[in-house]
Amino acid sequence: MRIDKVFAVIATLTLAVAVSGCSNVEPWVKPYERDNLADPIMALDSDPVYSSYLQHVYEAREGAKGGEGAAGGGCGCN
Amino acid sequence: MMPGRTIPLLVLLFGNLLALDALASVLPDDRSDVLYHRYEGGGVVIDGPSVLVRKKATKNLSVVGNYYVDYVSSASIDVVTTASPYDEERTQWSLGADYLRGNTTLRVNYVSSEESDYDASTAAFSVSQDMFGQLTTLTLSYAYGDDVVGRSDDETFERTLKRQQYGIGLTQILTKNLITSLNIQTTTEEGYLNNPYRSVRFLDPNVDRGFSFEGELYPNTRTSNAVGIRARYFLPWRAAIEGEYRYFIDTWDIESNTVSLSYIQPWRNFTFKLKARYHDQTAAHFYSDLFPRSEATNFRGRDKELSPLQSYAFTLKGTYEFIDQNKGWGMFKKASVTAAIDMLRFEYEDFRDLRVAAPVGEEPLYTMDSNVIQVFVSFWY
Repeated sequence: MRIDKVFAVIATLTLAVAVSGCSNVEPWVKPYERDNLADPIMALDSDPVYSSYLQHVYEAREGAKGGEGAAGGGCGCN
Repeated sequence: MMPGRTIPLLVLLFGNLLALDALASVLPDDRSDVLYHRYEGGGVVIDGPSVLVRKKATKNLSVVGNYYVDYVSSASIDVVTTASPYDEERTQWSLGADYLRGNTTLRVNYVSSEESDYDASTAAFSVSQDMFGQLTTLTLSYAYGDDVVGRSDDETFERTLKRQQYGIGLTQILTKNLITSLNIQTTTEEGYLNNPYRSVRFLDPNVDRGFSFEGELYPNTRTSNAVGIRARYFLPWRAAIEGEYRYFIDTWDIESNTVSLSYIQPWRNFTFKLKARYHDQTAAHFYSDLFPRSEATNFRGRDKELSPLQSYAFTLKGTYEFIDQNKGWGMFKKASVTAAIDMLRFEYEDFRDLRVAAPVGEEPLYTMDSNVIQVFVSFWY
């Protein structure tokens, strides 16, 4: 399966990074350069209660799910 | 995918991460949300409250709880063509905890959902590691779900469904204005995957209308894979733009592409968000709107969710911060009220509207317009 291969590639890459002494990697965006990233408008999920409900709405009405986080069970969609 | 092959890879990946080093990480903010949600479309109205509370118990431990209710009133096209309208209630609660140690966050979460004819419980575990001066966060997750499916018209009917979900998430800061994320998720399901109330339609020359219904029959297993990428960019005039794409494929031959584009604009104490979303999917291999005869195939289904379809959504969301985060008020650091409407349109390529009298197989294709309204108040403390 292709997902198996993806898992294997990521595991191998992180192993390679770990054994190569990566603890010396310098952050290329310095802490004092992160003002914009710290702005609330840059939060990837600023309202979890809102986004989890909307995700549930889509999962009950489309054939696809996942890739975005987890949602609760049940349906109420017949 | 075979879980037996995946777990050693996850262990190897997590082991690798422990060899890496980074700066200190933080727990999620303490906050509470009180939300009202309402879905209306296709003859269905679902509304109810949701309350979420998150609080640090110690400097390393944050606990979170959520209580959520759906009040369902359904006269959907499936119901009016093959069954009777109904009212129902679904109650869901969850408890979770985040434990921070160094740059590693461990999360556990338990969700329980109850309806008169469907009980679901899910236990989830994940571990996140911040690396490279907090530019990179890698998350590994696992969830196990156990559902019991019943029928409201048959107390003896009881089937089980087990679900396992494996995930890898990578959040990466690329520049001082750009943050990206990658999520890969594999889900395996085994058990009763049918909707016990739904039927398939087949040609029947022995009845006047030319077709009859019989029960659906789904495969007992399903494995699905989803890959999602997302990027958010900070614009020079203090606004943000976000793009998102997800590819999905499963062993039922459903393949889908989902894209969305968002724009976030703050103005004084307000923040506005506009979002457009498009979803396109192929059908499950055992789906048909009209089978040629009774029991024509080994597996059969007519769930419109498994049919080929496109959906379009447009979101308007506005937030007003009534306790300014720079001033605070008493125990509250910040508070806001948010109203959002999501306007959805579903266009089905092979699901016909049987409410319209027409020759068999020539009924008009069904479309559905829905609105999702959410209003909530949030407090940070």
